[in-house]
Amino acid sequence: MACISPDGKPTESGTKMLHALEPGFGSPEEIAEDTGLSLFRVRSGLRELAQAGLAKQKDDKYELTEKGTGLIG
Amino acid sequence: MEEIKEQVISLPRLGEPAPAFEAVTTHGLLKLEDFKGTWLVLFSHPADFTPVCTTEFIAFAEIYPELQKREVELLGLSVDSVSSHIAWTRNIEEKVGVKIPFPIIADLSKEVSLAYGMLHPGQSKTETVRCVFIIDDKQIIRTILYYPLTTGRNMDEILRIIDALQTADANAVATPANWRPGDMVVVPPPNTQEMAEERLKQGYECVDWYLCKKKLQSK
Repeated sequence: MACISPDGKPTESGTKMLHALEPGFGSPEEIAEDTGLSLFRVRSGLRELAQAGLAKQKDDKYELTEKGTGLIG
Repeated sequence: MEEIKEQVISLPRLGEPAPAFEAVTTHGLLKLEDFKGTWLVLFSHPADFTPVCTTEFIAFAEIYPELQKREVELLGLSVDSVSSHIAWTRNIEEKVGVKIPFPIIADLSKEVSLAYGMLHPGQSKTETVRCVFIIDDKQIIRTILYYPLTTGRNMDEILRIIDALQTADANAVATPANWRPGDMVVVPPPNTQEMAEERLKQGYECVDWYLCKKKLQSK
């Protein structure tokens, strides 16, 4: 996993993406622009964050889950 | 290492969608569709910790900023493990001072290699040959290059091809032999007698009606 460490904590890039989702729904393109990460990494990372229950997808956008908010709060 | 017994039946072709994949990489699990909207250079190398491949990885890292300016991503591949890729790229950084900024697929199952025809048993029964697939932002294969195990790739040519393809797409033109950005481009040949006659009046530099060049307006 690139965004979640084996101990379950988000990596530096994972944390960046979670923070970028703090204001609300964000598309991969918006998150890539906010974080400066490559679009492919953001797409893959958001998928991982969603699998880990830290973010959830609705249509083309993502938002933080309660668990995700708790991690960066 | 296990010998390759599978036979490649059909190779990807120019102008066709690039075969989809989901692969373990040094940057996590990546799918081809993650690269949609950007161009992609997918390339294979025979093996980690080998001399020619090391020079190529340094060279790919060196052109990475130029590729980024053209909205092109790089994705390497070999049948080595992620741990091997990590150890090798860390070794390159330690010994040569070059950080490898792009992901590398660990294709232990050979699924991606087989889908892209990267295994040529006549060259090696266990390693991928030096392939380059240039895939556009709509995930269509635009260029395929194969190099033998003994010959390292020419980065300048890879950049030149990308420039030529992007110029051709943006301006509906073609590029002549040895074309470089800034050189004249080839105007598509006319389809009718009338168009051929008009062509000669349009101020292009023409050898004859079928071979006309023009200068592109600089942006």
